[in-house]
Amino acid sequence: MADKRTYSSPPRRVALFVTCMVDMIYPEVGVATVELLERHGVEVVFPLEQTCCGQPAFNAGFWDEARPLARRFVDIFEPLLRTKQIDAVVAPSGSCTAMTSHFYRQLLAEEPGYPERAALLAAATFELTEFLVDVLGVEGVDAQFTGRLTYHGCCHLLRELGIDRQPRALLQQVDGAEWVALNGAEECCGFGGLFAVKNSGISTAMGNRKVQNLVRSDADVVALCDVSCMTHINGLLSRQGERCRAVHIAQVLANQVDVRPRTLPEPPAQPLEKPRRWQDTT
Amino acid sequence: MSTSAIDLSLPYKKRVDDALHNQQLKVALDRATGRMAGQRVAAMGAVDAPRLRAQVRQMKEHVLRTWPELLEQLETQVTANGGHVHWAKEAADLQRIVVEIARKANVQKVVKAKSMATEEVHLNQALQRAGLKVVETDLGEYIIQLAGEPPSHIVAPVIHRRVEDIAAIFQRELDMPPTLDPQVICGVARGVLRKEFLSAEMGISGCNFAIAETGTCCIVTNEGNGRMTSTLPRVYVVVMGLEKLVPTVEDAFLQYQALCRSSTGQQCSVYLSMTSGPRKPGDVDGPEEFHLVLLDNGRLDMLAKGYGEALCCIRCGACLNVCPVYREIGGHAYGSTYSGPIGAVISPNIHLEVTDVDKLPYASSLCGACRDACPVQIDLPRMLLELRRDVVEAEGATLFDRAAMQGFSKMMQSRSSYESAGKLGSLASNVLARLSGGNLTFLPGPLSPWTASRDLPPLARHSFREQWQQRRAARKQIV
Ligand code: SF4
Repeated sequence: MADKRTYSSPPRRVALFVTCMVDMIYPEVGVATVELLERHGVEVVFPLEQTCCGQPAFNAGFWDEARPLARRFVDIFEPLLRTKQIDAVVAPSGSCTAMTSHFYRQLLAEEPGYPERAALLAAATFELTEFLVDVLGVEGVDAQFTGRLTYHGCCHLLRELGIDRQPRALLQQVDGAEWVALNGAEECCGFGGLFAVKNSGISTAMGNRKVQNLVRSDADVVALCDVSCMTHINGLLSRQGERCRAVHIAQVLANQVDVRPRTLPEPPAQPLEKPRRWQDTT
Repeated sequence: MSTSAIDLSLPYKKRVDDALHNQQLKVALDRATGRMAGQRVAAMGAVDAPRLRAQVRQMKEHVLRTWPELLEQLETQVTANGGHVHWAKEAADLQRIVVEIARKANVQKVVKAKSMATEEVHLNQALQRAGLKVVETDLGEYIIQLAGEPPSHIVAPVIHRRVEDIAAIFQRELDMPPTLDPQVICGVARGVLRKEFLSAEMGISGCNFAIAETGTCCIVTNEGNGRMTSTLPRVYVVVMGLEKLVPTVEDAFLQYQALCRSSTGQQCSVYLSMTSGPRKPGDVDGPEEFHLVLLDNGRLDMLAKGYGEALCCIRCGACLNVCPVYREIGGHAYGSTYSGPIGAVISPNIHLEVTDVDKLPYASSLCGACRDACPVQIDLPRMLLELRRDVVEAEGATLFDRAAMQGFSKMMQSRSSYESAGKLGSLASNVLARLSGGNLTFLPGPLSPWTASRDLPPLARHSFREQWQQRRAARKQIV
């Protein structure tokens, strides 16, 4: 992976790159991220100018449309780093981290001045679990979860950034969770951005495999590090009436999620009327 | 079961829909890709895989850097060994050259070992048009020849058929008594093919790699048909893509090792047939005439266009076996001789006639499993992204998509328009979601494919940035 910056003393202040999907659809994931970072002694700033990193356009081949967004992203975050107002950028997404710290190299290669600035930014941009484990050295998390938990490795996180050990290590720390294995945990869920719409048949078939594996695992919750894949997996689970849900790892770690065992309701005061069968009617 | 010839020229969408609805295909693909992928993991796990992959990569990059010199060296060596070297720029050239060789040598019947390069240029059809009988002798290729189908995998051409389907083809075409026993089925094929080998005047095979320093053409097989193709007939013709080249004997074994482990998960194949020219005085067997036909068909341009990395491919098929898209739709849906991730990269680049070839780079979720599996570490997702860019630059995108992307980019370039779009989206999506009980279950127009199989949550009532600003305001009040 791209060489990441190392810190002699722990970073004190980070800028949150919340990603447009979390901002607009899943603010609770952003809240959980802030909570986790602050819980571990890191001050969080949030540059309000940020919007989207441009990945949808880039992946669809519209590089000319993606480029202004990439430049804009660099213009927002890089000066904060350069002037040491922040020590790092943290995002609760493997995919958007891969875009800004990996694919910008390709996208901005010929933009004067930008490759160097993008490289500086890339070295200090971290996915949330990577930042918690590798940079902050977090070992214990103060989280409880009552239920069966498993993990799905999102593609960009796993294969572009090489992050797998970190989220798994954090989840192992969650108190009370019953860990269950997920077959094909590293297989694509079929989201793939516009692929899910343009090739919806293939995408759905891929997603259905994920759903089958989840159902077989009997997990209550599958934690993952990207809300895009979460949306896809949940969209299928919900449509098929399955009980299992995909949840962003920050929500699990920040204790936003719990599946308490459903206790039986109080017995009714009056004994139930004897159920009547149709044969009994005269 | 339908055994009629598969029509690769259908539109992309139709090909994919057909594949997705084909239950037998699903069973066949599940059985085979899973097995092959598992065997690869085991076989690569038994050696220092990172080192092997790095070495192969280095070697193939060296080949590309010294391509012209190596090709010349190969030509010189083959000629010195008494063989003939021919250069085919396009498909038609290759067809013409091979037909010519057959005519001159008075050939009536040709036996063929597996070769994707000959599939690429439709050599069989050309030979048949010239009045020759052509018999495929690789078991998989023989089956699809009987069924009148093109191959659907670069290593396992009949991967799209279950053993049940194959038995049915043999019963129909060869009067085989009903059986599902693979050994019996193979025995029937062997009986037929043995006669063909003994009566053919010409053998044609592909080439897994040719060694420049010795002028040796190597074919890697498990069935022995390659060995008979290269030794029994009077004339032996090797058809080779320009890139299937290694500098030295050591390099050949490096590639051989990576190929066997990555394709079938073997330590080494059952046969490795090496031919360095025609039979020499005193040799007990071998062809009287030896020809090597080198095929360009767009390969040189590929290097110039920036897709040279794909020329490092050793055609092991590992990227197909691990590809979640290939696993759902199989090879024919790609509409090209080459399918899977590598097929999606090669097909738009070399000179193939593929219907809707522009759609192939988009037939991927960019999950990266192919790159992780590739023994040459080829960055297929990167090239798929670049091919998509090429499609858009060549005005290949629909007007609607273009307008949508431009609108998206405009909106995201300004904080205020992003925020107002968010507010509007939140309002609208929440109204819609309330109608359908919490989630969006129906969306119109371009997003309808999403809701055809998936729910979608509405936008949040209060975005993260709103909550953030509220918190900041609250803190200020306390101070
Ligand atoms: S691209 Fe790599 S994995 Fe795919 S066939 Fe070629 S060598 Fe094998």
